[in-house]
Amino acid sequence: MGMTIARRLIDAVPTLLLVLTLVFIAMRILPGDPALAVLGEHATQEQLAEFRRKIGLDLPIWQQYVSFLINSATFNFGNSFANNFSVAQLVKLNLPYTVELTIAATMIGTVIAIPVGVASAVNRGKAIDSGSRIFSLVGYAVPDFFLGAVLLIVFALDLGWFPINGGGDGFTSRMWHLFLPALALGLIKAAFVSRLTRSSLLEVARKDYVRTARAKGASERRVVYRHALRNALLPVITGLGLSILSTLSGSVAIELIFGRPGLGSMLVGAIETRDYPVIQAGIVVFSLFVVLVNLAMDIIYTLVDPRVGEVS
Amino acid sequence: MTAATDAPAPIARRAPPEGVLGQLWRNIVHEPLTLFFFVVLVAIVVIAVFAPVIAPYDPVEQSLLSVNEQPSADHWLGTDQFGRDVLSRIIFGARTSLVLGLLSPALAALIGTTLGLIGGYFGGWPDRLLGRVVDLLLAFPALLLGILVAAALSSGFWSMVAVLTIAFAPRFARIARASTLSLRHEPFVEAAVAGGVSHFRIILRHILPNIAGPVVVVLTLWIATAIRLEATLSFLGMGTQPPQASWGNIIRDGLSNMYGSAWPIVSAGVAITITVLAFNMIGDAVRDVLDPETRA
Repeated sequence: MGMTIARRLIDAVPTLLLVLTLVFIAMRILPGDPALAVLGEHATQEQLAEFRRKIGLDLPIWQQYVSFLINSATFNFGNSFANNFSVAQLVKLNLPYTVELTIAATMIGTVIAIPVGVASAVNRGKAIDSGSRIFSLVGYAVPDFFLGAVLLIVFALDLGWFPINGGGDGFTSRMWHLFLPALALGLIKAAFVSRLTRSSLLEVARKDYVRTARAKGASERRVVYRHALRNALLPVITGLGLSILSTLSGSVAIELIFGRPGLGSMLVGAIETRDYPVIQAGIVVFSLFVVLVNLAMDIIYTLVDPRVGEVS
Repeated sequence: MTAATDAPAPIARRAPPEGVLGQLWRNIVHEPLTLFFFVVLVAIVVIAVFAPVIAPYDPVEQSLLSVNEQPSADHWLGTDQFGRDVLSRIIFGARTSLVLGLLSPALAALIGTTLGLIGGYFGGWPDRLLGRVVDLLLAFPALLLGILVAAALSSGFWSMVAVLTIAFAPRFARIARASTLSLRHEPFVEAAVAGGVSHFRIILRHILPNIAGPVVVVLTLWIATAIRLEATLSFLGMGTQPPQASWGNIIRDGLSNMYGSAWPIVSAGVAITITVLAFNMIGDAVRDVLDPETRA
């Protein structure tokens, strides 16, 4: 097992390299001149040339590529164009807000999804099951930022129960600011995870050991919670793990709705002001998240189900 | 069975006698909820196509005399902070959503399927690189990939098409590649190779018809995602640019005018939700016909 984990870690290195290469291609080779984008169409040729020299765009492409890799590895993206903060500092300031939002949304999503999924599997075909199906169908369709806007208008603007924007200072205030954004993302997540719980539970319910437990005369409650749910949780955990990435991408729009600091608002703000170094860092950080979450899921999967590592 | 070059396609064999479309129609009519959303979908398409005729006002015409009006007989959904008629903007927004929501997955299907077919058929290192890149891109949720690509590109209609196409093409490439790999050594393909049929003709005549089913399923299921993605990117200011109406940028404008009127936000949000729901329902119906094994 240790071998498998080590192999996964080593595997992640070329993956990271490929990610960075793709980011580099996207940033440098796709049409659009960053100098023109930053300085605008009225800039003189000299200004453009000066700018290109400053950020190293005049170097041969391979040299740009190598320095991009080195800068990414050392997380040295220079300073923001908009203010004098170093990009690394900006990321460090914003990261905790996005992480706490993602964690809180995942917790809210799980707390709603698992009981709903269990209830609808146990009452398959009854009203409660139809209700949860409608919840999921709508949850798949409603954009998270619209749900966020509705929560904001009703609970912050009209009722005044929650703050309208910002990230909050101090623990209580931060939790206060966190609740509505996390609820918006959590509800969307619950739509997906509750369906997963339901189908996984129904799958397990057909297994022999569940029938045996029932035949032994175990109470229905015991059968569901002790025998079926435990075994049904593995795919649910995987689904939850992968949904972290959807929540992370959803957080970009949610941060904008609630005027929260975070990696998403950092990236969106940088795009608006054409703050090239910050855009670049934002893209690298988000990509890094994707690689790390997938790596973590692979490792957790190997730990939970040793058979996974043996294949291939 | 003889390995004839014109062996019937597995999909065709599975298809019921009345044909794929007949079966799809029966499934839609059979289930009331699906039928309801089918009607909704037809209505949305009609609204989008005839937007200039249906919309009561010019969607970009501003009127400072009627700003932030509540819904009334003149303005069914009220007006926004520029005095523009919200209903007309929603109607024209349907155009934006449908054009991008249909065009991008179709382009992604074309590009992704072509790459997957060629990679899966010829193999070798280009195929291994393709497989690796596709796996990697698939690790990104479509939305995140869309945001990251949009961040690197400038905004505008064709950038938007490019963003959505790049976000979806890997999905098609994987399906096409995997299906092609499994067909590559089927007797009817090997027979065609032995018979000296050109690679181009084999791919077009023998492989493509057999992988069309799964590709169409993925295509219909991704339309809904494309519409939501367009809305999100326009909301973030990276997609459709004002004054052109898009459901996403209506919500963006509405957010800066929350104290004025909540009607633009609510109308656009409901429009997105209903449209995505309708496409999801029809996509599920298509999947049930073309790919019955994965039926939930």
